[in-house]
Amino acid sequence: MFGLNKKDTSLLLVVAALTLFAPFILNPFPTDSGLAQFNAGYPDLMQRFVIFGIFAVGFNILFGLTGYLSFGHAAFLGVGSYSAVWMFKLLSMNVIPAIILSVIVAGLFALLIGFVSLRRSGIYFSILTLAFAQMSFNLAYSVLTPITNGETGLQLTLDDPRILGVSATADGSIPVTSLFGLEMRSTYEMAVGGWNFQFSAGYYLCAIIMLVSFYIAVRIFRSPFGLMLRAVKCNQNRMRYTGLNTRPYTLAAFVISGMYAGLAGGLMASMDPLAGAERMQWTASGEVVLMTILGGAGTLIGPVLGAGFIKYFENIFSKINDNVLHQWFSWLPDGIEDFVVFIIHPFIGKGWHLTLGILFMLVVIYLPGGLVEGGQRISRLFKKNKSSDDGAAAKTTPAE
Amino acid sequence: MDAILLQILNGLDKGSAYALIALGLTLIFGTLGVVNFAHGALFMIGAFCAVTLQRILNLSYEVVDATQTDFLGNPLKVKVPYVEAWFGPEMGGSIIDWSVPLAILFAIPVMIFVGFAMERGLIKHFYKRPHADQILVTFGLAIVLQEVVKYFYGANPIPTGAPEAFRGSFDFGVLLGFDPNAIIYPYWRLIYFGFAAVIIGGVFSFLQFTTFGMVVRAGMADRETVGLLGINIDKRFTFMFGLAAAVAGLAGVMYAPINSPNYHMGMDFLVLSFVVVVVGGMGSLPGAVAAGFLLGILESFASMNEIKSIIPGIDQIIIYVVAIIILLTRPRGLMGRKGVMED
Repeated sequence: MFGLNKKDTSLLLVVAALTLFAPFILNPFPTDSGLAQFNAGYPDLMQRFVIFGIFAVGFNILFGLTGYLSFGHAAFLGVGSYSAVWMFKLLSMNVIPAIILSVIVAGLFALLIGFVSLRRSGIYFSILTLAFAQMSFNLAYSVLTPITNGETGLQLTLDDPRILGVSATADGSIPVTSLFGLEMRSTYEMAVGGWNFQFSAGYYLCAIIMLVSFYIAVRIFRSPFGLMLRAVKCNQNRMRYTGLNTRPYTLAAFVISGMYAGLAGGLMASMDPLAGAERMQWTASGEVVLMTILGGAGTLIGPVLGAGFIKYFENIFSKINDNVLHQWFSWLPDGIEDFVVFIIHPFIGKGWHLTLGILFMLVVIYLPGGLVEGGQRISRLFKKNKSSDDGAAAKTTPAE
Repeated sequence: MDAILLQILNGLDKGSAYALIALGLTLIFGTLGVVNFAHGALFMIGAFCAVTLQRILNLSYEVVDATQTDFLGNPLKVKVPYVEAWFGPEMGGSIIDWSVPLAILFAIPVMIFVGFAMERGLIKHFYKRPHADQILVTFGLAIVLQEVVKYFYGANPIPTGAPEAFRGSFDFGVLLGFDPNAIIYPYWRLIYFGFAAVIIGGVFSFLQFTTFGMVVRAGMADRETVGLLGINIDKRFTFMFGLAAAVAGLAGVMYAPINSPNYHMGMDFLVLSFVVVVVGGMGSLPGAVAAGFLLGILESFASMNEIKSIIPGIDQIIIYVVAIIILLTRPRGLMGRKGVMED
C-alpha cells in the first residue's frame, strides 16, 4: 500500500492508529481517580507530542541516515515559528499559508547554512552548525529586534495589518488561528462514564501533518536516495573514490530535515501564535538530539517514540511533588518513607532535567540504538527461549 | 590610542577565561582523543568551589552580645563565624575576605578528583567509540552536573566577592602616560589575566621541561610507539585529564568575582570555548591559547560603539563569524598540525 512493503505499511498503520486514537490511548484513567495525573490526553500536550515527533523525524533524516550530528537544528524551528507568526500578522489567521511559508523559509535557511557547514564533517560540522544556531539566537535577541521583538518574543497584537481578515474581532480581542474557519483551539469533549476525552481540531491537524511527514520519511528511508545517504554514513571516502560527489546528497538531506524543523516550528506557532528566541537556543537543539538518540537514531519509529517519551515524562515528572510521593509510599514505615521520599526528591518536579540527563547517559552507554534496540533485544530474548537454534538467524546488526 | 588599549585590556579577562578552558579542552583532545562537552561544567564546578568555600568560612554560631541591644532593648544576638572565633576577629575577618584566592587551594584537589573520577568512571569506556558518541555522553554528563549544582545551590547567581583590597578600579592610563581617567581598569581583572598567564606558563613548562611532560608529548605524537617502549601511557593521560580539569576549575574559581556563578555559566562558556579550540586548531596547545586571547580581544573591539554603529550586532556574532571563516578557509585552524582531524 502507498508504495511501501508489507512491514512498512503495518508500521505506518500502527503509527496512524496511535496518533488518531491518542485522545483515548493517552487517557486511560477516569478523571476523578488518583491516577488521573498520569493522563496525557489533553490537547496541549498531545500537540507537543506530534510536533516534536515531526521535529525528531526530520532530524533523524539527517543524523540517522548520514551520521552528520547537527547541534543547531533548533534554529530552523525558530525561523519557522517567526515566519508563521509574521504570516498571521500580515496575511490571515489561516494556518495553511503560515505553515507553507515557515517550511519554505526554514528550507532556504537550511540551504544557506548547509551549503557552508557541509564543507566539513565530523565534529567540525557539529561546531559549525552550533555556531550558526547561536549566531541566529544572538541576532534574534539583539539587532533583529524589529523582526523578532527581542526578549519579549513575537506576538499578535490588536493593530496587526492583516490583509485577509480583521485586525481585531467584533468584541475587540485578537482573532484566533483557524483552518478555513475551523478554530485551532476548538475542542470537542466527550464524557464516557468517568472518562473525559478531548478531541482538539489543532491536535488532529498536527496529527495528520505528522502522519504525512512520517510517510514521506519512510519513503525517503526506502528510496535509492536514502540508500545513498546510508552509504555516506558508512564510508564517505569510498563513495568519493568511486567518483561520486556526495555533497548534493548530504545537502538535500540537510535541507529536508531543516524543512521538517520549520514545519514543526510553523505548527507550534499555529497552535499558539507566539515565537521567542529561546526556541533557537542550543539547549533546544540538544533536546531534539536527545529525543532521536533516546528513541533510536536511524530507525523509523525511534524518533517518534523518543519525542513522545521525553515530552510525556517531562510533563509527568514535573507534576509529581513530595505530597504525591508521600501518598505513594505511605505503606512504608514512617522513617523509611521519609528516607525514600528524600532520595527520590531531587529527580522529580524541577529536577526532571537531572533524570533526563542520567537516562540519556545510560542510553548512550548501554543502548546506543535507543529504545528501539532495547525492544529488539527483549523480543530476541523471548525468541531465543522458544527455539534456541533460531538465535543465529535473529542476530542482525542494529540499525545503522 | 587609549581607546584601543582600553579594548585590548577589556578583552584580556574574557580572553583569559576562553584560553584556560580551551587549553584544558585541547589537552584532553590531544592526549585522549576525546571531545569533552562536559568541560564547561568543570569550569562551573570550579566557580562553585569558590562559593562553597565562602559558605564554609561563613559558618557561624550565635552569641548574645550584652553591649548591643535591639530596638526593644533586649540584648542583641550576633553571628560570629567560627573562623573569627578561632583566629581572632582580625585574622578571621581577612580569611573570610580572601575566600576566593583561598578557594584555589581548595579547588585543586577537588577538581583533580573530579577529573580522575570522570576519566576512570566514564570516558575510559568511550575511547573506541565514534566522536559523536563521545559528544553525546559528555553532553549528558554536563546536563547532570549542571542539574546537581542547581539542586544544591539554586538557580540564582550567587555573588562571590573578591578580597576588599582588589575590589576597586585603578587608573591604568596614568602609568603609561595617558590622561587621567582615560583607562580605568578593575584590579581583579588584571589579577585574573596575571593568574591565567601563570597557569598557562605553568602548564607549558610542565609539558616542556619535565620528563613526565616529555612522555606525554611523545604520547600525543604517537601513542602506540610510546606504549611499545614499555611506558604506561594510559596512566599519564589520566593524570593529564585531571590536570585539564584542574585548569578549567581554577579558571572558574578566579572568574567567580567577575561574574556571579550560576549553574548554566559552564554551558555559556563551553560553546565559545569550542569555537576557540577550532579556531586555534584541534590539538594545538599554543593555538588554543592564542585563539582564546585573540577572540576575547576581538569580541571587546566589536562591542565598541564606533564599530557597532557601522555593523549593528557585530558584537554578538563576531566570534562565530571568525570561526566560520577560519573553518572554511583554513580547516586545521590557526596553528593546527597537519593531518589532525582535518576533514
